[in-house]
Amino acid sequence: MTATAAAVPTLSGAPHSTGVASRVRWALSDTWTVTKRNIIGYTRIPESLFFSTVQPVMFVLLFRYVFGGAIMAPGGIPYVDYLMPGIFVQTVAFGSVSTSIGLAEDLQKGLIERFRALPMARSAVLAGRTTADLCRNIMVVIVMTGVGFLVGFRPSTGVAAYLAGVLLILLFAYALSWGFAVIGLSAPNSETAQVMSFPLLFPLTFASSAFVPVHSMPSWLQGFATYQPVSVTVSACRALMIGGPTASWVAQSAAWSIGLLLVLTPLAVWRYRNRT
Amino acid sequence: MPSAIEAEDLHKTFTGKQTVRALAGVSFAVDEGTVFGLLGPNGSGKTTAVRVLTTILRPDQGSARVQGHDVVRQAGLVRTLIGLAGQYAAVDENLTGRENLVMVGRLNHLPGSSVAQRARELLVQFDLADAGDRVLKTYSGGMRRRLDLAAALVARPTVLFLDEPTTGLDPQSRNDLWAVIESLVEGGTTVLLTTQYLEEADRLAGQLAVIDHGRVIAEGTPAQLKAELGATVLEVGLEDSDDAARTRPVLDALGPHTANQNGNVVEVTVEQGAEAAMGALRSLDQLGITPASFTLREPSLDDVFLALTGRRTEEEPQDGSPSRRPGAPAPTQGGTR
Repeated sequence: MTATAAAVPTLSGAPHSTGVASRVRWALSDTWTVTKRNIIGYTRIPESLFFSTVQPVMFVLLFRYVFGGAIMAPGGIPYVDYLMPGIFVQTVAFGSVSTSIGLAEDLQKGLIERFRALPMARSAVLAGRTTADLCRNIMVVIVMTGVGFLVGFRPSTGVAAYLAGVLLILLFAYALSWGFAVIGLSAPNSETAQVMSFPLLFPLTFASSAFVPVHSMPSWLQGFATYQPVSVTVSACRALMIGGPTASWVAQSAAWSIGLLLVLTPLAVWRYRNRT
Repeated sequence: MPSAIEAEDLHKTFTGKQTVRALAGVSFAVDEGTVFGLLGPNGSGKTTAVRVLTTILRPDQGSARVQGHDVVRQAGLVRTLIGLAGQYAAVDENLTGRENLVMVGRLNHLPGSSVAQRARELLVQFDLADAGDRVLKTYSGGMRRRLDLAAALVARPTVLFLDEPTTGLDPQSRNDLWAVIESLVEGGTTVLLTTQYLEEADRLAGQLAVIDHGRVIAEGTPAQLKAELGATVLEVGLEDSDDAARTRPVLDALGPHTANQNGNVVEVTVEQGAEAAMGALRSLDQLGITPASFTLREPSLDDVFLALTGRRTEEEPQDGSPSRRPGAPAPTQGGTR
């Protein structure tokens, strides 16, 4: 061990002024530092890469070639065109579980203890986690668009409408991330966080219009399956990507996402502050 | 000499499934440039005290200052002065050693230009230069602990908190880490260290507080505490508890400490190990008792506790919930046997 005593004075860190501008600047800088750390982490966890790439591709292949033949898309459109917007939303929804697993793991391993003793912005831990998940979702949507094209997905409304659909998906995923952050901050460990997440995700993604038309479901399920946020977002994206009346679905999806954000963000922050 | 750390009547109770009184009025002061040891078994409140002092937890009652700054009202300022390394090696498994140090440097708001330089310095200082660009998953326990300590030092803190820095490490890694801590203290850093090992406290700390059930039950230099205890423990194992009962008064007679019987084992703290051993053997021989084992050893934390509280350390779960198990075997880690 070559430890040498270092009697050097404290490095002159940036002055900790209390000005609002400086605080915002540091909050953004800290959020970016934590975001980068999480993104690097994702690229080094094989399970995480699997869940964000291989698994959604398997869902595409499964529904496109195994189940798809038995499902009649409304309006006589090709099933693959009906399916892909659903797959996009389902993929980002499943992906948001990693927000809860990641936070639960950071808590469990004591990393958040270290963060709390650092002079960093308090908000950066949660903001950095959800921003990293947003970045991962952007990557996932790009990959899935490519996969969609390979299996015959042909959006017909132009680039601008397609991108608007993507934005709506990302907004929804971002809102969900904050919800899963609440779960991650409430779970005693990452395994429990995962177990707590799936009972929420399955009804949301499968009792929805993502894979099959809602009118094929029993009537008691149809109300939920039509208006829950996954279905609404899928319907909005279908309209934006393959055509149909857009305004109402887009408004409903945006309202769901913004509403969820308004409720879930303060809830996650509150859980973070009170978690001892 | 000004105090680098002051804790004044700290109280903290955790409410949940069980109510745990983690701190029940803890006070102490640490002089600048010294090492202060908080010694206690699991669940005694050591970690809670560290969490309060490092601004992670608010005390229910009482106050604490680091270099004169209140840990609640001036938490942001305190965070720029302190470093924390914990028993759970809070470093990111998925990053390399260097990436971890750079991240902590940035979150400490060090100037961007100096962060990489500082990371390089620390990797060399902690003998991790070759492993600096490897992901932490490939590190050994000792390497992780060194990186954890390095991460606590990125911003050159003037006050360093080490929560059980060597728990679970092999003797060689423990010695390495002790050497690093000693060199830091030579450089003027104030260190607060929690430990379950009397040996560690003895080696590193100038002042000690023994903590139990959230209270300080003894304070002093390691030498003072040991003097109170006696320097050596004489432990005699017998064939059966009858023999043990007959042996107990023999060891009592060695004085000044009282002997304790625990099943077939009787032990007593003595001032002069060799002399006491000879006396004990002579008396046992006269009584016709043949011991099954006969050991002289350094006092352990368990002995400190026995001497201070009249009971053994309880093996308590990490969350501090009490689980009294009288007669449970004492922890055998630490102390030289």
